[in-house]
Amino acid sequence: MALYSETVMDHFRSPRNVGVIEDADGVGEVGNAVCGDIMKIYLKIEGDIVTDVKFETFGCGSAIASSSMATEMIKGKPLSQVLQLTNRAVTEALDGLPAHKLHCSVLAEEAIRAAVKDYYDRRHISYDPKDFPEGGHCESCHGE
Amino acid sequence: MIYADNAATTRMSPGAVEAMTACMRERWGNPSSLYGFGQDAAEALGSARERVAACIGAQPREILFTSGGSEADNQALLSAAALGERRGKRHIISTAFEHHAVLHTLKKLEQKGFEVELLPVGPLGQVTADQVERAIREDTCLVSVMYANNEIGSVMPVAEIGQVCREKGVLFHTDAVQAAGHLPIDVKAQGIDLLSLSAHKFHGPKGVGALYARKGVALTGLIQGGGQEWGKRAGTENLPAIVGMAAALEESCAHMEENGRKTATLRNQLIAGLSKIPHSALNGDPVHRLPGNVNFCFEGVEGESLLLLLDDLGICASSGSACTSGSLEPSHVLLAIGRPHEVAHGSLRLTLGEDNTQQEVEEILKAVPQVVARLRDMSPLWEDKVEGKRAFLI
Repeated sequence: MALYSETVMDHFRSPRNVGVIEDADGVGEVGNAVCGDIMKIYLKIEGDIVTDVKFETFGCGSAIASSSMATEMIKGKPLSQVLQLTNRAVTEALDGLPAHKLHCSVLAEEAIRAAVKDYYDRRHISYDPKDFPEGGHCESCHGE
Repeated sequence: MIYADNAATTRMSPGAVEAMTACMRERWGNPSSLYGFGQDAAEALGSARERVAACIGAQPREILFTSGGSEADNQALLSAAALGERRGKRHIISTAFEHHAVLHTLKKLEQKGFEVELLPVGPLGQVTADQVERAIREDTCLVSVMYANNEIGSVMPVAEIGQVCREKGVLFHTDAVQAAGHLPIDVKAQGIDLLSLSAHKFHGPKGVGALYARKGVALTGLIQGGGQEWGKRAGTENLPAIVGMAAALEESCAHMEENGRKTATLRNQLIAGLSKIPHSALNGDPVHRLPGNVNFCFEGVEGESLLLLLDDLGICASSGSACTSGSLEPSHVLLAIGRPHEVAHGSLRLTLGEDNTQQEVEEILKAVPQVVARLRDMSPLWEDKVEGKRAFLI
């Protein structure tokens, strides 16, 4: 019995969309080094569509796999759909994560949200602040 | 597969397997039974006790068989605390980087009103006899300092600490789980009153260990029931495991010097090779060190990812990263030697044994730099450091 599902291991071993977009339209970074994971998402957006996405992650196997899966799930999608991506959907797509790793999928959702918000901010596009709640990641990390 | 996690557990020696299976096949009687078949088992138990005692310079009567190192640690500390309490002494000295079997037991004692003082271990993971001496008070009932640290391999000056404790009349316990079978132990010469060991760390079976308690140090039983082990550890003895432990310990002690020399040579090559990775740092004492222990921090990467990629390359290792422990905090040992959280997350422990080969070390030395580079390549933390947006910590 392995720690992770085959899908998690596949995305960990061969992560999709790793890298940097130099002229990104939106960049989101969440997590922190003290907690042991940082996720950074780069978005290229044309019209309302995410035409390209890249990520960089410092973190464990599930953090890398979650980033990889999440980027796959938003590529080519309109922002309205991108903002509906939940950590639960990422976890399900990965065929599950161990309970103590669920925060990794939360991080992926938050990183994408942060990148979209950055895009809106740069373009002075108005948005509903409810779509961008303050990240609770580190709270969950130190809440015990 | 390259097995480089000998601090976690070791392959059982064929001699120990043979001793155990013979015991299970032929001597399966109950050592407490009166008839000859039972007494055969009692004889095997007695012989195992004599042999374990001889390996550490103890008397057979001073050896109590337990379910392992954790039980031995628990019983040692609770016994010493009970003895202290009777004389109104409630101060216990230990170190910040003990195994959790010690630290969590001390927490429990703290809740019962004991005052626990954990000595700092410095950047190399060391305590000195002088530190211990200065900490000892009128009401100190116990000093518990591990023989060698399980994560970073630092070896403590046990004999010097034992001498200080003897002079001051304070009981001295040492958790020798990583040392037994690998480093010389002479409880009398080293002034040790209580010592814990675990069979599966020296090629014996899992689920068995021993507690040495110097004659005159009364133990408190943790398990109530029958009168086995002089009433200090109830329950029918796990005879096959005890016999396997005795065989393994004898074998390890008989070959200690040559095994140690061989393992240390491989360890030194590994340390020299891994030191070449930029922004890496060796954890633990470079000189006073377990012969098989290699422990590094690599900045900008996370330990669990490192382990998974090494596993893909057939290398079994371990890490002090929070992600591998299932807890949220990185290793208390790495934090105790002053590594920042961020750096502690990127630790890798490789623990060698005499079974490892030169070729395996070379393969590890090829694999680790590749894997570290690959993870750094996708790490935003590393990128920030390279670009000067964040400071390098090591």
